[in-house]
Amino acid sequence: MTNTGAVLIIGGGHNGLACAAYLARAGRPVTVIEAAERVGGMAATREFVTGYRASCAHLLYLLDESVAGDLSLASHGLRLAATELQTVALDPGGEHLLMAPDGLEGGGLGDRDRAAWPEYQRRMSKFAAYLGTLRSQAPPRITNRREDLLALGALAWRLRRMGRDDMREFLRIAGINIHDLLNEYFDSSLLKGALGFDAVLGAFAGPRSNNTVFTALHRRSGAGNGYSVVEGGMGAVTDALAAAATAAGATIRTGVRVQRIESDGLTVSGVELDDGERLAASTIVSNADPKTTMLKLLGARHLEAETARRFHRLRTSGCTAKLHLALDGLPEISGLAAEHLDQRLLIAPGPGYLDRAFNPCKYGEFSRQPAMEIILPSVVDPSLAPSGRHVLSAVVQYAPYRLEGGWEAGKPAFLEAILDTLEGYAPGIRPLIVGSELLTPPDIENLFGATGGHWHHAELSLDQFLMLRPAPRAAQYRMPVDGLYLCSAGCHPGGGVMGSAGRNAARAVLGGAKK
Amino acid sequence: MRTVHFDHRNHARDAAFPSPFHSRQAQHNRMKEWSRWSDYLSVPAYWCADMEYFAGRNACGVFDLTPMIKHRVSGPDALPYLNRLVTRDVAKIKPGRVGYSVWCNEQGRVLDDGTIFHFDEGDYRICSQERQIDWFLTSAQGFDVDVREETHDVAGLALQGPTSFAVLNALGLAGVETLTPFGLTTFDFAGASLTVSRTGFTGDLGYELWVDPDHAETLWDRLFEAGELHGIRAMGSQALDLLRIEAGFILAGIDFLPAWEAVRPSHTRSPFELGLGWLVNFDKGLFTGRRALLEEHERGSRYRLVKLDIAGNKPAKDAYVFGGDGKVIGTVTSAMWSPSAKASIALASVETPHGESGEELDVEIYYQRELKWHRVMARARVVDKAFWDPPRRRQTPPAKF
Ligand SMILES: Cc1cc2nc3c(=O)[nH]c(=O)nc-3n(C[C@H](O)[C@H](O)[C@H](O)COP(=O)(O)OP(=O)(O)OC[C@H]3O[C@@H](n4cnc5c(N)ncnc54)[C@H](O)[C@@H]3O)c2cc1C
Repeated sequence: MTNTGAVLIIGGGHNGLACAAYLARAGRPVTVIEAAERVGGMAATREFVTGYRASCAHLLYLLDESVAGDLSLASHGLRLAATELQTVALDPGGEHLLMAPDGLEGGGLGDRDRAAWPEYQRRMSKFAAYLGTLRSQAPPRITNRREDLLALGALAWRLRRMGRDDMREFLRIAGINIHDLLNEYFDSSLLKGALGFDAVLGAFAGPRSNNTVFTALHRRSGAGNGYSVVEGGMGAVTDALAAAATAAGATIRTGVRVQRIESDGLTVSGVELDDGERLAASTIVSNADPKTTMLKLLGARHLEAETARRFHRLRTSGCTAKLHLALDGLPEISGLAAEHLDQRLLIAPGPGYLDRAFNPCKYGEFSRQPAMEIILPSVVDPSLAPSGRHVLSAVVQYAPYRLEGGWEAGKPAFLEAILDTLEGYAPGIRPLIVGSELLTPPDIENLFGATGGHWHHAELSLDQFLMLRPAPRAAQYRMPVDGLYLCSAGCHPGGGVMGSAGRNAARAVLGGAKK
Repeated sequence: MRTVHFDHRNHARDAAFPSPFHSRQAQHNRMKEWSRWSDYLSVPAYWCADMEYFAGRNACGVFDLTPMIKHRVSGPDALPYLNRLVTRDVAKIKPGRVGYSVWCNEQGRVLDDGTIFHFDEGDYRICSQERQIDWFLTSAQGFDVDVREETHDVAGLALQGPTSFAVLNALGLAGVETLTPFGLTTFDFAGASLTVSRTGFTGDLGYELWVDPDHAETLWDRLFEAGELHGIRAMGSQALDLLRIEAGFILAGIDFLPAWEAVRPSHTRSPFELGLGWLVNFDKGLFTGRRALLEEHERGSRYRLVKLDIAGNKPAKDAYVFGGDGKVIGTVTSAMWSPSAKASIALASVETPHGESGEELDVEIYYQRELKWHRVMARARVVDKAFWDPPRRRQTPPAKF
């Protein structure tokens, strides 16, 4: 087959778009095929009630700065409505805790908590920065080849350069649970609940689950402006990426789904679309999640048996739901000054609360008292709602992918549980609600195609990280079938709006024939 | 086909059970010795392994194959499934034919070898030494195929030796003379269906007979009746082992280590390293192990399985093999004094580049005489041809000895 260098990208999520932009800028003819009517995937901004818009992913804090810079996202329209959001750990008694990197305020903290805070921040930031450095490259492979050994050595060397004490501490805590670590530092339940929540957000885990220190570090591994709200919702990031890709010559087609990747198991030859059209392609990059790509679109039979099994056993059950409320006005939160409504508000008042929220999820039940990350993006970006009205956007945990009794029956009850919980903090909120949208993991799966509706496309944990992500021997974006690449959150370095996987995959494509 | 009910089998207490032929085996088993082969009791030697061996070469021997692990693969995707599973092109095994193959893990290391029986379109049986159901089921993901083990549902007898055809003829299996080597057919037999394949593990004229366990004893009785004037004799596993070494057939766990059982990857073997490169088809598309094997094919293999013709008459059991410079380059995996070839013969695994046909090597043989150990260094020549490969093995219709 003649290779024109043309690349077909399945999926226009932010990673697919970033990949498209890098490849187009390198002179490759690129076509993106997106199933939804608009690009963006989980980051897309959607109108959920007439006049009210929100995006599933709602806070920007992991965006790869080099991606933003390389692709000039600012010049393609990316603007931040607010940066450096502070976290407010909501207290049921109204004694809320304001958390800033340089200090803690309120929350009835004791001296030990305040004293321990700087050291906790220092260590976690340092360790998170180490994880951050891993993002910029494909994970090293475990072979005896020189380049792989050197890459592995470089990882170890960077770890060693932390200094003896910090390196030891990193090795000690990387695999343990956040609850144990927090107990070493802090007394305040409210503080531990908030920090624990950051560790389990998007994960099938409670604060006592293993490697939640690792997930906490992953969440902090962004380098930029802390938590930011994007003007126009997160979809503005993907719109800017799409604009960058188009400007570089990429073609984007929306509203068409790739039904099948055509392959004989040795190479790929094209794709079949849901309208029956066939597109020939010798290089295909998939932004769909690894399981969908390898087992559904390509098919297990086109993989060697052990490879198929590795993809099959990827853990992909999401447990995160998303609530969008259209509000008639700004809600009031007892004990919180109105000026703080533009911050990041957490309902996770204690590690016990979090654990009790997680427990039912293991048994196929939703949390009666869920934990939540809430923002009111319309406070800083009025374009998201009709004038004077507001949008409440909340990430809600926990909602099992498979609910006992099914989601059709369970969803109204879950919504009630969420609203009851919200009301505990914002007693007058119900009458303000003019419309709502609750996305359960199956809804997220249906809307964006990700297996299990999982935030990361595949659970992010040490056994599914780095050279094990998404699967051993398939962790360098290039798949064992010639011409097929993955670029989604399911690859290294995982989910969150960062663009690293898309960029790294583009590099793998451009890296040529090296196997 | 009947499915055996195992209610009477206590697997917690017993590791092996009587085969469906047990009552008849017991009658013939003058030595009263039993060994275990997979899930069944098996007979090492009914009376005298050598006599049983000679029955296999000069008349015919009956060997209980029931313990052989049998897998059934059926469904619309049976062929693509098998082609992804094994190294050879299964499309070439037509209905009514049997093919030998190996299968590998993704490192291209052999998991086991076995015979693939193609009954009808989309309906196959795989017989192997080792239980493979885990691997076969793992490999079934993404295929519309039903994979199950049917070891206990099928009783099997090998009838091997020059008079085997005459015995089947006397049994009244009309048309069995048209069966070519690796052919497969079925007969009505005592109200049951009897499957006959012209296959075996002895390198001679021979057949394998498959029937449901309820008809096992009838089959045995009728065979021995029909074979009375043709020198038929019950044959144990020791005799079969001698016959298969002469034929140059390898055995899992003896001549190679199934890759799942290996702790050290270097102790496993690829098909190329077992002299089975002819079973590897790179043109048929994807199969498990293909990438690794292609790489090995380009790079060269580390080992080679060879047949050795050894000076003297001492079986070179477990012997070290030495290269010209006196360095150990391999080990003997199977060895015997071959009465038919009148030579001390062996199968050995040696490091490449050793093992080219005609190469002269040395083997170090330890042997006992009246409880006293002796050691000899014997010359060993690498040979190409099997030690036993008579034309009658292929002749169709076979001669009626
Ligand atoms: C509830 C929730 C809240 C989140 N909140 C945040 C947050 O606040 N901040 C943050 O950084 N991250 C957040 N995330 C995570 C983040 O949204 C994702 O990790 C990220 O958007 C994944 O991007 P992606 O490009 O890899 O994949 P996706 O965004 O999933 O994009 C994949 C694209 O491929 C398309 N596709 C799939 N199959 C096909 C096919 N067969 N044919 C054509 N197209 C196909 C899909 O339609 C989709 O557009 C959140 C996730 C969830 C679930």
